[in-house]
Amino acid sequence: MEVNEVFEKVKNLFVDELGIDAEKVTMEAKLEEDLDIDSLGIVEVVMAFEDEFEIEIDDEELTDVGTVGQAVNLLHSKL
Amino acid sequence: MKTALVTGGSRGIGKAIAQKLAETSNVAVGYSNSKEQAVEVVNSIQASGGNAIAVQIDVTDNQSVEKCFELVEKELSSVEILVNNAGITKDNIFPRLKQDDWDSVIDTNLTGSFRVSQRAIKGMMKNKWGRIVFISSVAGISGNTGQSNYAASKAGMIGLAKTISKELGSRNITSNVIAPGYIDTDMTSFLNDEQKEDIIGQLSIKRVGKPEDIANMVSFLCSDESEYITGQVFPVDGGLTT
Repeated sequence: MEVNEVFEKVKNLFVDELGIDAEKVTMEAKLEEDLDIDSLGIVEVVMAFEDEFEIEIDDEELTDVGTVGQAVNLLHSKL
Repeated sequence: MKTALVTGGSRGIGKAIAQKLAETSNVAVGYSNSKEQAVEVVNSIQASGGNAIAVQIDVTDNQSVEKCFELVEKELSSVEILVNNAGITKDNIFPRLKQDDWDSVIDTNLTGSFRVSQRAIKGMMKNKWGRIVFISSVAGISGNTGQSNYAASKAGMIGLAKTISKELGSRNITSNVIAPGYIDTDMTSFLNDEQKEDIIGQLSIKRVGKPEDIANMVSFLCSDESEYITGQVFPVDGGLTT
């Protein structure tokens, strides 16, 4: 899967799971500051990623994820 | 209609809870071994116009928990109301308590609640609505002679319930605990008449509790009306712990 395909899927999850405006979801957007996602929201997104992509994400891998782009790259590296 | 799962729903307090919740919800009656009794509960619910299924769930086994949820999701819907009621006792005076009996009671009552709640939370977070009720015990608040393992497991449920209430309140998920006192079920059937009289003597309401006394409280805590109540422990014990 190409990075831009992963991004589209990620964007859909943000919109569907968390009700975030689609235009706000860019590769540069910061999860907490720009998208206003709290720590539980990040957990919800991770669980949705795991179901959608059939992967497991360790909590340690998440410590460096602060933007949508970083999340997309992490997922892309696991597929 | 919302869907409720009651673990240990084939007998005793769980049976009364399943029957009560069926007045307003679809109910999955969880059982581990007593399939026939679970089917009887389902039949009684259907005879009163309710909708229920019997589903096997061994709360000590993650695979069994997963299978149960998949079946309930297929037959009814995502679990929106969970009652952690499945529990066992293996009583012995503490100096003589075997570790196996400690382990199995903790694994069923406490870790079992963890397994089932964690699975149920997934759907509740998605739906942004959920009700979890833990059936603890006054033994978890006050301790009880001969029940160190049971009391510890029931006290542990309180910490679990309170933490879930803090983590998930923002998603309209409430998590509360009911602490039954002496309730007339198989679990208390070993008491002789003299012991029962002794117990009643300690109560403000001069009778042993009925499973329905617990079910009524569960029903309220699972309703929309209780949305501002979370992280609390409610003894339903005829005044035993006042």
